[in-house]
Amino acid sequence: MNKDKVLSIRDLSISFQTSAGEVNAIRGVNLDLYQGETLAIVGESGSGKSVTVKAIMGILSGNGKIKSGTIDFTSRKSGEEIKEELLSFSKKEMRRRINGRRIAMVFQDPMTSLNPTMPIGSQIMEGMRYHYKTNKKEAYKKAVKLLDLVGITEPEKRMKSYPHQLSGGMRQRVVIAIALSCDPEILICDEPTTALDVTIQAKILELIKDIQKKTGISVIYITHDLGVVAKVADYVAVMYAGKVVEKGLSEEIFYDPRHPYTWGLLSAMPDLDTNDEVLYTIPGSPFNLLNKTEGDAFAERNRFALNIDYRLEPPMFKVTETHYAATWLLHENAPAVSMPEALKERIKRMGEEVSLLGGK
Amino acid sequence: MEENRKPLLEVKDLKQHFKLGRKFSIKAVDGVSFQIYPGETYGLVGESGSGKSTIGRSVIRLYEPTSGEVWFRGTKISGKLSPQDTKHLRTNMQMIFQDPMACLNPRKKILDIVAQGLDIHHMYTTTEEREEKVYRILDMVGLSREHANRYPHQFSGGQRQRIGIARALIMEPELIIADEAISALDVSIQAQVVNLMKELQKQTKTAILFIAHDLSMVKYISDRIGVLHLGHLVETGTTEEIFLRPIHPYTRSLLSAIPKPDPVSERSRTAFTYDLKEMGIDYLSGTEHHVEGEHYVLGTDDEVKRWLGEDFLQ
Repeated sequence: MNKDKVLSIRDLSISFQTSAGEVNAIRGVNLDLYQGETLAIVGESGSGKSVTVKAIMGILSGNGKIKSGTIDFTSRKSGEEIKEELLSFSKKEMRRRINGRRIAMVFQDPMTSLNPTMPIGSQIMEGMRYHYKTNKKEAYKKAVKLLDLVGITEPEKRMKSYPHQLSGGMRQRVVIAIALSCDPEILICDEPTTALDVTIQAKILELIKDIQKKTGISVIYITHDLGVVAKVADYVAVMYAGKVVEKGLSEEIFYDPRHPYTWGLLSAMPDLDTNDEVLYTIPGSPFNLLNKTEGDAFAERNRFALNIDYRLEPPMFKVTETHYAATWLLHENAPAVSMPEALKERIKRMGEEVSLLGGK
Repeated sequence: MEENRKPLLEVKDLKQHFKLGRKFSIKAVDGVSFQIYPGETYGLVGESGSGKSTIGRSVIRLYEPTSGEVWFRGTKISGKLSPQDTKHLRTNMQMIFQDPMACLNPRKKILDIVAQGLDIHHMYTTTEEREEKVYRILDMVGLSREHANRYPHQFSGGQRQRIGIARALIMEPELIIADEAISALDVSIQAQVVNLMKELQKQTKTAILFIAHDLSMVKYISDRIGVLHLGHLVETGTTEEIFLRPIHPYTRSLLSAIPKPDPVSERSRTAFTYDLKEMGIDYLSGTEHHVEGEHYVLGTDDEVKRWLGEDFLQ
C-alpha cells in the first residue's frame, strides 16, 4: 500500500529559557504521520510529548525557542501536492492559515477549552465563519450536523446550551465537533480522555475512530495510557526525556518491545489477569531536563544499563522496516538481554487470546 | 473469613443530599451501607458524580450526613460528638487527597507539614522527639532526612504524594481514606505509590478506604470492592468475586471499558454500554441480594435472576 505522508518532523529541537536555566525539552525528534492513520505519542509527563505538538501548532509559550529542525506539512488539494514548512510561518500566518483550519487540536480538559459565556452552537460556528467566511445559515446547518456526528442527541436543542449545562463527556464531544468544523486534515488530541471516566473514555475513543473512518482524517494522540494507545493507534512513538526512544507499528511495540523503558511502561500497567502481589515499577523519578547528560538519559533508571549507556547516547537501531529503538542493547556487540519474564508471559498470553479470537 | 470479626468502620444506610434552592436537592449518596474490617483495603469505584468522594468526606465528618449512621470502632461518629470522641476520631482517621500540590502548604517545610498533626495533639515532649518521628515516617515512605527541610515545590508529583501519605501515617491511624490518591500521577509513578501503600499496610495494619475510578489499580490494592452508581452501591464483594463474576450490568460495563495493552483484541472490542432507562432499572425499588460469600448485588428479584442467568464473557 502506498501511504502518503502528511506531516514529517525532522530533527526538531526545542529549548525553554527558565529562571533555573535552559531546559532542553525536545532533543532531536523525527516523526512521520501518514494520511488516514493514527500516530500515538506516549510518555511520562515532562517527556516532551505536548511540546512536540505545540510546535506543530505554533503555540509554544513565549520562552520557548526552536533550535533546529523542520516540520513539513503536505496537503493534497485536487490532485496537487503542496509542501509547506510550518516552522517558517509567523504566528499570525499560522493562526490565519493553519490553526483550526488545516490542523485542529482537542485539549485535555473540556471545561477550560470551551468558552463558558457562549452557547456551544456559536462556538462551533465561530471557526467556520472566521476561516471560510461561511454565512450564518450554512454555518448553523453544519454545526447541527457536526453535533449529530459526534453523537449528541437532539442537536438543534443543544445548539443553545452553555458548556456548564453539559456533562464532561458531552463537553468533550462538543470540543471534538469544534475541532472538526473546518474539515481539518490533521486532528491532534492532547490527552483527550484523561479528565474523563473509563466508560466515557471508551465511548469518546470509539467516536474519534468512527469519525476517522468516515472522513479519512489523520490523527495524532498524546497520552500516557498504553491501554488507550492499544485501542486507537496504528503507529506508536515512545518518548523519554525529549527524545523518541522507540517507534514502530502498534503491534510491534506491544508484542515485541525492544527498549527497556517501553518494557517498564508495559509492565507497570496493571493487568486484570495477573495475580502478582507487587506491581512492576520503573525505579527513580522522571529525568530532569535541566541537567545535561552524557549518554542515555534513561540509564539511571535502567536495570539493563550497559557501561556505554553512561558515556554515549545510543542512536536509533533498526529492528524492522518500521520498527526503531534507541538502546545499546540492540547493538551487535551487546550482551543478549531480553525483556522481564512477567512481561514475556503477558505478551504470550495475549498472543494466545488473539489466536483464540482468530480461531472462532 | 471468620464470621465474628468486628468491623472497624460501619456505614449504615448513609444518605447525603445537597440542597440546590428551595425545591431541588441532589441526592449524591442515597442509602449506602458497607463495612471495613481492620487491616483491609476497601475499594470504592464509580464514575464521576457517583458519590464516591462524598462518602469519603461524610465518613471523615467533612459533611454532615442527611440521614444514616457511621460507626467507627463501636462508637457512633455521625451527628453530634463529644470533644473526646472528636479527638479520638481525628487521630485515628486520616485522609490522603487527590492533588498532591494543592494539599500541601507551599510556605511550610516538609518537616512542619508532616508534624502538624503531632503539634495539634501534643504528641511529643521534646523537639528531638518530634523530628525523630518525622524522620522515621519519611524513611518509611521512601524519602530521606534531607528532604525534611525542603518546601513542597521542590518535589516531583510522586514525592509529594509520598509526603501526603507520610502526613497521614504519622498519627498511626487505623483508617486512611485515600480519595483518588493516585489519579493525578503518571503510570510508572502510580505503580510506585500503589506498591508503597501496600507495603506500608503490611507493616502498620492500617485499613484503607481506597476511592478511585481506575478499576485496574483498584484490583491491585483492594481486598474488597464496592461499585457505586448514582449514589447507590450496586454491587459489593471481594475483589475476585467482582472481577471473575460481575453480576450487575453497570459493573460489567465498567469492566468492559478498561483498556488493555493489546492492540489486536482492543481494536475489535467495543465497550458494553449501560443505560439505566433503557434497561428499566430503578435503584430505589431494588433490594440487596446475596449471591455468594460476601458478594451482594442491588436489584429486584426478577432482575437479579435474569442477570445471574446471563453469561458474561469479556
